[in-house]
Amino acid sequence: MQKIGVFVCHCGSNIAATVDVKKVVEMAAKEQGVFHAEDYPYMCSEAGQSRIAAAVKEKGLTGIVVCSCSPRMHEATFRKAAERAGINPYMVEIANIREHCSWIHKDMTEATEKAVILMRAAVAKVHLNAPLMAGESRVTKRALVIGGGIAGIQTAIDIADAGYKVDIVEKTPSIGGRMSQLDKTFPTLDCSACILTPKMVEAASHENITIHTWSEVEKVSGFVGNFTVDIRKKARYVNMDKCTGCGVCQEKCPSKKPLNEFNRGLNTRTAIYTPFAQAIPNVPVIDANSCIKLKTGKCGICEKFCQVGAIDYTQKDEIITEQYGAIVVATGFDTIKLDKYGEYAYNESKDVITSLELERIMNAAGPTKGHLERLSDGKAPKEIVFIQCVGSRCSDDRGKPYCSKICCMYTAKHAMLIRDKYPDTNVTVFYIDVRTPGKNFDEFYRRAVEDYGVHYIKGQVGKVMPQADGSLLVQGVDLLDNKQILKKADMVVLATAIEPNPDVRKIATMLTASIDTNNFLTEAHPKLRPVESPTAGVFLSGVCQGPKDIPETVAQAGAAAVKVIGLLAKDKLKTNPCTAKSDELLCNGCSQCANVCPYGAITYEEKLINDHGIRRTSRVAVVNGALCQGCGACTVTCPSGAMDLQGFSNRQILAEVDAICR
Amino acid sequence: MSKQSELIKEISGVNPLKCMKCGKCSASCPSFNEMDIKPHQFVSYVQNEDIEALTQSKSLWKCLSCFACVERCPRGVKPGKLIDAARQVLIRQRGQEGLTANEIPALLDDETPQQLLMSAFRKYRR
Ligand SMILES: Cc1cc2nc3c(=O)[nH]c(=O)nc-3n(C[C@H](O)[C@H](O)[C@H](O)COP(=O)(O)OP(=O)(O)OC[C@H]3O[C@@H](n4cnc5c(N)ncnc54)[C@H](O)[C@@H]3O)c2cc1C
Ligand code: SF4
Ligand code: SF4
Ligand code: SF4
Ligand code: SF4
Repeated sequence: MQKIGVFVCHCGSNIAATVDVKKVVEMAAKEQGVFHAEDYPYMCSEAGQSRIAAAVKEKGLTGIVVCSCSPRMHEATFRKAAERAGINPYMVEIANIREHCSWIHKDMTEATEKAVILMRAAVAKVHLNAPLMAGESRVTKRALVIGGGIAGIQTAIDIADAGYKVDIVEKTPSIGGRMSQLDKTFPTLDCSACILTPKMVEAASHENITIHTWSEVEKVSGFVGNFTVDIRKKARYVNMDKCTGCGVCQEKCPSKKPLNEFNRGLNTRTAIYTPFAQAIPNVPVIDANSCIKLKTGKCGICEKFCQVGAIDYTQKDEIITEQYGAIVVATGFDTIKLDKYGEYAYNESKDVITSLELERIMNAAGPTKGHLERLSDGKAPKEIVFIQCVGSRCSDDRGKPYCSKICCMYTAKHAMLIRDKYPDTNVTVFYIDVRTPGKNFDEFYRRAVEDYGVHYIKGQVGKVMPQADGSLLVQGVDLLDNKQILKKADMVVLATAIEPNPDVRKIATMLTASIDTNNFLTEAHPKLRPVESPTAGVFLSGVCQGPKDIPETVAQAGAAAVKVIGLLAKDKLKTNPCTAKSDELLCNGCSQCANVCPYGAITYEEKLINDHGIRRTSRVAVVNGALCQGCGACTVTCPSGAMDLQGFSNRQILAEVDAICR
Repeated sequence: MSKQSELIKEISGVNPLKCMKCGKCSASCPSFNEMDIKPHQFVSYVQNEDIEALTQSKSLWKCLSCFACVERCPRGVKPGKLIDAARQVLIRQRGQEGLTANEIPALLDDETPQQLLMSAFRKYRR
């Protein structure tokens, strides 16, 4: 028989304004086994916790029920308080009378009634609680970063600087991400490559960092501190150790048709290529889909010209398996496809381009060598129209409901750079709102208007109509003048919404990390744990978690690194003792539980069983406590009722249901 | 008046609060220059419950029901449906002009879109 104490929290007025806490205390005192009941304004405070300790000491309590906020908030707090008072931490139950009760009800009588019922359920459960002991698991002191953009690079450098080994897995031939495609960067207008390349070099030369480019994560198993990851190193067909990066192969390759992904398909590249001059590693890859030798067996020109014999057409994909303690997702973003936006004529006219394409056009290493020109006829545009929010802030199925956050600033940047370099080119920006919160951001935008004469129009564009003379007729509205505008333009630039890289879904599934309806990875807490995923040991860095510019990305990347370092600094982790356990007498070895376990925690053993004096050998399920995450899938699957979850046993759950229905 | 704005919202199925005042409807409208109240303003007039002005507007009869605004609105507001509903309200007020309410049920079947009826009203009142 337990001696239970019930502690009812007011949470200031959060609970007490809707729930009659005195009444809950009064009703608690009448419950069987309750030896102590009291209320307090803030149970989680120092003073509140010491009241628990005092009651334990005074009344010899063996179980505790705290009626308060969600266990996600303070279960750990109260478990620790119980432990300090000498009770097993798993003898504590939380009745959530805030999120599940006071916050969602208005009527005090009803809310109080519900709070009493939740309290009763928790008391009924504690009666059946048993002390549990947390086990320990070792921590592998090595981190994996998935994605080698600025987010991944920064996280890796910070972890490596703290003395831990880090591997970066990047799916393209080079690290650098989107930032390597940008020309100049707001708000200071420094050249993107000039600030990014040193970081790439630092990562590549760091003794603690290993970079796997042209690679992808194939499989993840294990748990926090002990992940096992299969990495597919795609065949490069170039020997990394021999290649000197001279580039003669790329000059000689006769297959010149494939679209250049790095330049957003605005021009072509050769079959053997490095995406850009500062690529790291500076070793080309052969694109097997367009290499003549790999497709037909003829050609082999690159091999002939390569002085060091680095070309190797026989290379195969290789799978390597590594152990990690922590995993950081830094898979970044892409711009959305514009197929559903026929009104902007993006697919019809070469002179309607996305902002990211404009970055490549403005870049000295881009398809036009940095000259601002129309892709249709190479002429210099004299009239440019920018359209904001293309696909952002859309509640229909064509676009994304969120604000992409970076477009207002990069459009001001583009407009300013164009006006600076080509003063006789007119620039008009159609906007819904100009959103420039950030240090020196609004000043930056105002400079575009006041110093560079960029013409901002509050209103949207309805359609872009390509004309016979090659120009573009833009029909928009000026909402402040309440006038419709017809404007001839030579070039239209679309501030296209960004979205998480589509294959992040695959990554999230492998990691059992959650993603939101927009495919952004979900953080453990939107305010207090913004760089951790709800899955222990998985951390988030950069735009994969939500739209961000470079300064924010770098700050978040550092924060993710700190969390990883904090984890790797530990030698051992406490494991959750609320794991599944099979009853050998009931288990008939049917294998159904192993089939549903998402963590591969269940195996089977032939065991000698003493069934009430009758000895028999039987195939029974055995749960590996270190792998089990306590999800409970097996317990509901088991047809014989042999599988039970410690701390959440079937008996405990049914006792709660009984208490609620009483 | 507020009763009428409720009626318009009900007939059109439009929630004017979804509008983010971007103006894409007005940027798309082929009749914009003929109108005194512009498509994005249909929404604010209903929001402000100024239905009188809307039913008295030139726009009521200048909208082509082309639904370019409905197609392109990024928030799914459907301003063209508001002006359509305003016409319907006006026609109901006028009672005898065009079809009478009593004549309609005989003409209805489940397939007939409201849009079609509205266009018929407009054609035959001139
Ligand atoms: C047109 C435009 C202009 C911009 N201008 C500016 C500016 O002036 N100033 C500014 O501060 N910000 C600017 N930004 C924003 C900036 O680009 C981002 O903040 C930054 O690139 C985010 O970095 P990231 O590492 O999170 O993502 P990314 O740069 O997208 O990097 C992600 C990396 O992960 C890799 N990856 C993806 N999936 C996988 C996978 N499954 N496995 C392995 N690797 C994977 C990708 O190949 C990529 O290398 C601009 C953005 C755009 C679109
Ligand atoms: S073998 Fe392939 S990559 Fe090499 S030169 Fe020929 S086409 Fe190009
Ligand atoms: S509760 Fe069962 S299904 Fe869930 S992780 Fe543990 S053993 Fe696997
Ligand atoms: S439906 Fe009417 S308001 Fe809408 S775009 Fe067409 S003419 Fe303009
Ligand atoms: S109705 Fe739609 S298109 Fe028109 S202003 Fe509102 S949100 Fe924009």
